[in-house]
Amino acid sequence: MTLTIPAGMPQYDDAPRFDVEKVRADFPIFGRAVNGQPLVYLDSANTSQKPQQVIDALAVHYALHNANVSRSVHTLGTEATEAYEDARAKIANFVGAPSPDEIVFVKNSSEAINLVAYAFSPRSEDDRFRIGPGDEIVISEMEHHSNIVPWQMLAERTGATLRWFGVTDQGRLDLSNLDELVNERTKIVSIVHMSNILGTVNATSRITKRAHEVGALMMLDASQSVPHLPMDVVAYDVDFIAFTGHKMLGPTGIGCLWGRGELLNAMPPFLGGGSMIETVTMEKTTYAAAPARFEAGTPPIAEAIALGAAVDYLTNLGMDAVLWHEKELTAYALDALVTVPGLKIYGPQIPVGRGGTISFSLGDIHPHDVGQILDADGVQVRVGHHCAKPTCARFGVPAMTRASFYVYTTTEEIDALVRGLEKVRKVFG
Amino acid sequence: MQLDQLYQEIILDHYRRPKGKGLREPYGAEVHHVNPTCGDEITLRVWLVGGVVKDISYDGAGCSISQAAASIMYELLAGAQLSTALQINEVFVELMGSRGKLEPDEDLLGDGVAFAGVSKYPARVKCALLPWMAFKDAAARAAASDEE
Repeated sequence: MTLTIPAGMPQYDDAPRFDVEKVRADFPIFGRAVNGQPLVYLDSANTSQKPQQVIDALAVHYALHNANVSRSVHTLGTEATEAYEDARAKIANFVGAPSPDEIVFVKNSSEAINLVAYAFSPRSEDDRFRIGPGDEIVISEMEHHSNIVPWQMLAERTGATLRWFGVTDQGRLDLSNLDELVNERTKIVSIVHMSNILGTVNATSRITKRAHEVGALMMLDASQSVPHLPMDVVAYDVDFIAFTGHKMLGPTGIGCLWGRGELLNAMPPFLGGGSMIETVTMEKTTYAAAPARFEAGTPPIAEAIALGAAVDYLTNLGMDAVLWHEKELTAYALDALVTVPGLKIYGPQIPVGRGGTISFSLGDIHPHDVGQILDADGVQVRVGHHCAKPTCARFGVPAMTRASFYVYTTTEEIDALVRGLEKVRKVFG
Repeated sequence: MQLDQLYQEIILDHYRRPKGKGLREPYGAEVHHVNPTCGDEITLRVWLVGGVVKDISYDGAGCSISQAAASIMYELLAGAQLSTALQINEVFVELMGSRGKLEPDEDLLGDGVAFAGVSKYPARVKCALLPWMAFKDAAARAAASDEE
């Protein structure tokens, strides 16, 4: 039976798409074998592979334009500075930031979240960042450790209380106690946008609205969402987002904090040193405006420039097309995985409100063993607690196996995963 | 990589039918060890009487390698003189650090020789060592209270 969508409605073929084989040709790593088998890379939530364009950007910077940034009058220094600031502008545009000055280069999402957490203190002159006993910080039970530990440390330093949203059996945030949990005592709500373990994409608008209603700041850990879906920080109406370059085709060692410009300039520096000052005497230092205020020392210049190249690559594909590609893969994978006897998926079972990261267990076979057998067939998945131990505990397991997709993932690779899982069942059945 | 070197039948047997599993009384010391990279954990008790390892009992969650390592360790060390048990422990640790380059001593290690293959998989060495490190820790604590 053919289902005809009436003319005038959006047609299936109208969905934005790209040629995945053409994309794969840009990634040299797919030319290699793993254990004598073609590489099947299903660990992009951990780190993504890199296209030649990003690898070239690193090489070209070092080969032709290498100099330090923001301090030299010479030609090379000017070229390096321009490329570095150009990357900042591209990234700002990519996430819909009103100004490039709202993008702070950091090492990774962990550093971005720590930077925000350290802005809070009992001595802050700005009421929004003043925190102490009686004040509250709200996170959730589906956070990566990077969005748990910095807030626990803040609570320990200041006597504030850490609270969190629960997670439903379906792997969604439990917002039933939103109004009680986020209240006049709340200073900041910091929530994962897309879970690195359950794949859930959290609906944030109710939380954001409530946070702002009570005068709290709102942060999203967007490490898993910025690489995979169109982000617009203005439309999301949040105050901060953290994301990392290496999960979005870029190099390791570079990530970003986006913050509303007015807030960034109300925050104290995180690390002191070169480049972050306005003026220094032996007695006292005044600080540069954001983003320089938060970029002490020589930054990862080549990495920032290459992250700009990664953003160009994603922009050329189109983030709507990336989102659609992964939605199709996720639907395919969810259907395929439920055919494996004994397989249990943790997180949303339908390809709605979730991304292409699927964690599961296979009977009582330990994920390490699952991952090892898959590896022998060239299939690279993540096994373990995925730096989200509380989420594992919520579902009563010490570890899970996780397959995660990206722009270069194909349905054939999901088939290879399913075949590999059959082999695991034979060895340990 | 030859998977059957890692998953030798001996290892799979111990994994499917672990020896000595379950926590028992009496005991002189109990420890809880975790592998922070993967979340595997073991609770292990040691009962020492007059320098003899009277019992090792354990429970935990982990992969086939860590579970089989605990089972084989129980077979080798329970009932042995503490000094012998610690010597075997040392030999096993050395084997696991050998990257497959050491010929294991079957007289000393028994079924433990099957772990020679595991030492070629750096990501799995910690799995195999988890129960052995727990034993070393628990034995030292039990020895402190085993005055006779």
